[in-house]
Amino acid sequence: MHDLWTRCNNCRRILYKQDILDNQSICPACNFHFRLSAYERLEMLFDEGLYNLLDQNISPEDPLQFKDSIKYSQRLKENQKRTKLQDAVLNAEGTIEGIKVVISAMDFGFMGGSMGSVVGEKITRAVELALKERLPLIIVSCSGGARMQEGVFSLMQLMKTSSAIARLDKAGIPFISILVDPTTGGVTASFAMLGDINIGEPNALIGFAGPRVIEQTIKEKLPKGFQRAEFLLQHGMLDDVVDRNNMRSYLVRALRLFLNRPE
Amino acid sequence: MSEEKDFYKLEKEIILFEEKIKEIQSSEENNKKEKIARLKKEIEKEWARIKPELTPSHIVQIARHPKRPYTLDYLDYLTEDFMEIHGDRRAGDDPAIVAGLGFYKGRTVAFIGHQKGRTTRERIERNFGQPNPEGYRKALRVMKLAEKFGFPIVTLIDTPGAYPGIRAEEQGQAEAIANNLKEISKLRIPVVNVVIGEGGSGGALAIGVGDAILMLEYSFYSVISPEGCAAILWKDQKAVTQAAENLKIGAKDLLDMGIIDKIISEPPGGAHVDYEQIFKNVDRHLNPTLKKLELRSPEERLEERYQKFRKIGVFSE
Repeated sequence: MHDLWTRCNNCRRILYKQDILDNQSICPACNFHFRLSAYERLEMLFDEGLYNLLDQNISPEDPLQFKDSIKYSQRLKENQKRTKLQDAVLNAEGTIEGIKVVISAMDFGFMGGSMGSVVGEKITRAVELALKERLPLIIVSCSGGARMQEGVFSLMQLMKTSSAIARLDKAGIPFISILVDPTTGGVTASFAMLGDINIGEPNALIGFAGPRVIEQTIKEKLPKGFQRAEFLLQHGMLDDVVDRNNMRSYLVRALRLFLNRPE
Repeated sequence: MSEEKDFYKLEKEIILFEEKIKEIQSSEENNKKEKIARLKKEIEKEWARIKPELTPSHIVQIARHPKRPYTLDYLDYLTEDFMEIHGDRRAGDDPAIVAGLGFYKGRTVAFIGHQKGRTTRERIERNFGQPNPEGYRKALRVMKLAEKFGFPIVTLIDTPGAYPGIRAEEQGQAEAIANNLKEISKLRIPVVNVVIGEGGSGGALAIGVGDAILMLEYSFYSVISPEGCAAILWKDQKAVTQAAENLKIGAKDLLDMGIIDKIISEPPGGAHVDYEQIFKNVDRHLNPTLKKLELRSPEERLEERYQKFRKIGVFSE
């Protein structure tokens, strides 16, 4: 019973789990987009759900010997065990409707999708591969921001990734940035906002500062829909809000247009 | 650990000496020089006692000291004919970032820096040095201007962070920062960053990266404020001390980690105790750094700048 049914985070309806899974993890009743793991994301985007994983052997270290309630090294081990990931991003190569692309997909399940050295390095390598092979790049961002436990190493990943994107930009290779719930902090303030087009999933929280921080600073309640994808679209920060069900067809259209490849 | 002494208590004696120096300086007494020299010796002695005890959270307090010299103080000393340039030509002018052109050692240099206020009114006006998107866009505008005319850029970093506000989000705080990073990586002229106080996260980074990063001895550069880190990871505001220690945000840590290029030493008691001395120290390091970069070709600088950040990160493979 427990495994078969779940409750939608948004409309609170009790739903049959398989119905959600069959609908790309979207609530059939209210269109709420459940969070996807990086693996699920790659499977959803690539043709037949098939892809080659890249840069798989890059693993995090604990350069600061950081310790809060538990050691960072311990936290890493727990997250690795739970998510079957080395860190918060997967790089992969494959095709979308036959078009060869490089995709980086972030995973919120691994320490809130935070960007430390590994995420910064893998994003940079994905960019450099796209540059070398002249392949379009897609990054699916899902992150609370820079990883505190790696201190200033994390902060500098913003510059590292943005510098790499600048080279891709100059080479005229398309980069589509997909921002899903939530994308905040250092990831928004670097590569995620630097796409040739930036698109969001419905109702995704996207911003620089987190809503709680803003609320505590200004001591006011935030307006409804603030920092949601639709709000960003309205304020000129996104090119579109795209349902997960339409994501692949949207990407195919965008890729064909950018590559100047009519059917 | 949160019981440790506040820096303001530690420096009490030094401040008394410093006030006396100022008193003598503005007086008509005889033997001014001698008296001041003697007081400075006293400050040195007191500082030699305090210095070994300084913790990371003390350094944070020095970096945020209300008397610490700010960007405009430095520009006043370093430049001639500084001309401030206002506005991003899009949405407004952000008083939390000052930018403009000035002569420095016989050439035009573009200066950009965070600016905090000294009085309560000024602080509010300057938004406590927390920029909005138009501040970053103004900074970028001036960087492009510098590039167009071939002027080097010097930035001065001193911010708690980018402002977390409703309008800031609406106007694209994240986009403004991201775009600056991308554009800085492409600038064909030398870019030197000097961290003079607080290097608060992305809000500092957006004008705080380039070919060389110099840091004042008691400044810091961090991914998050120790307070923010304590609140999130320790869920306890009192854990600021532990957070500051764990984050390794001091100049020496950052030099050891290969993030910054040079530490600029501060006078005994910290920069706020002797403005003239810290200005001289900054001056002494800034010009050679610029000169060295000016000898490189734009292509060399671009490649070296890329590699500088490309290499940052610790992981195994």
